[in-house]
Amino acid sequence: MRFSLDNALGIHPQALLLRSRRAEVLANNIANADTPNYKARDIDFKSILNNVEGHGTSSMMVKTTHSGHITPDRFSGFSEDLLYRTPLQPSLDGNTVDTQVEQSKYSENSMQYIASLNFVNGSIKGLLTAIRGE
Amino acid sequence: MSLFNVFDVAGSALNAQSVRLNVTASNMANAGTVSGTAEGAYRAKHAVFSTLMNETLGGRESTGVQILDVVESDAPAVEQYQPDHPLADERGYVFLPNVNGIEELANMISASRTYQSNVEVINTSKQMLLRTINLGQ
Repeated sequence: MRFSLDNALGIHPQALLLRSRRAEVLANNIANADTPNYKARDIDFKSILNNVEGHGTSSMMVKTTHSGHITPDRFSGFSEDLLYRTPLQPSLDGNTVDTQVEQSKYSENSMQYIASLNFVNGSIKGLLTAIRGE
Repeated sequence: MSLFNVFDVAGSALNAQSVRLNVTASNMANAGTVSGTAEGAYRAKHAVFSTLMNETLGGRESTGVQILDVVESDAPAVEQYQPDHPLADERGYVFLPNVNGIEELANMISASRTYQSNVEVINTSKQMLLRTINLGQ
């Protein structure tokens, strides 16, 4: 049986990458809380992860038609998957950032990041136990 | 790695907000300076924020915030009748800066709150990264 470390850790490494990317997007929103005409952005975690999980071709993937083509990193940049948030109460200066909403999303995202981290950690510990055979 | 970019993004916001706080402090400090002419009076300064954009493969993406410019308010200077003031003009008027104290205070509170939010973002990201470094231990 062929063993792959990618499969051993499941979907969690990819989820971690996506969470860290989302942290960056949300940090941008908080940083631009006072910038006129800034539109708050976010990514749809579920749809992107579904694409990755089902190995479907996401909009961010580039087609490779030749063996010499380099497959880009899945998470290198998916600006196309960046969506705009619908403002609850738009302000006069055209800014759609609601700092409280962004802060709660940021802490939610970091909790989910740490949760994924714990899953990966558990898998690594399990593998270590198997390797050591103690 | 995206999480390291969070430090740059939040850092740019800290810088922008501290400039804003500095400008507010300058306005408040000069709120009482008197001048003999309307042109010579101190003018309230305001920082103009703009999103720092970065060109990526998929399009334009924001990577923080920057101070585009510090503009002077064009509201008229406040005239005050003080004939015994040494700087008073021939009509007996002196000119006070067009600083609005209430506006400046609101600006100061807004700047310090946003600064705090960004410090929290940096702290949270730091914890996330530290836990990642300790992965598998």
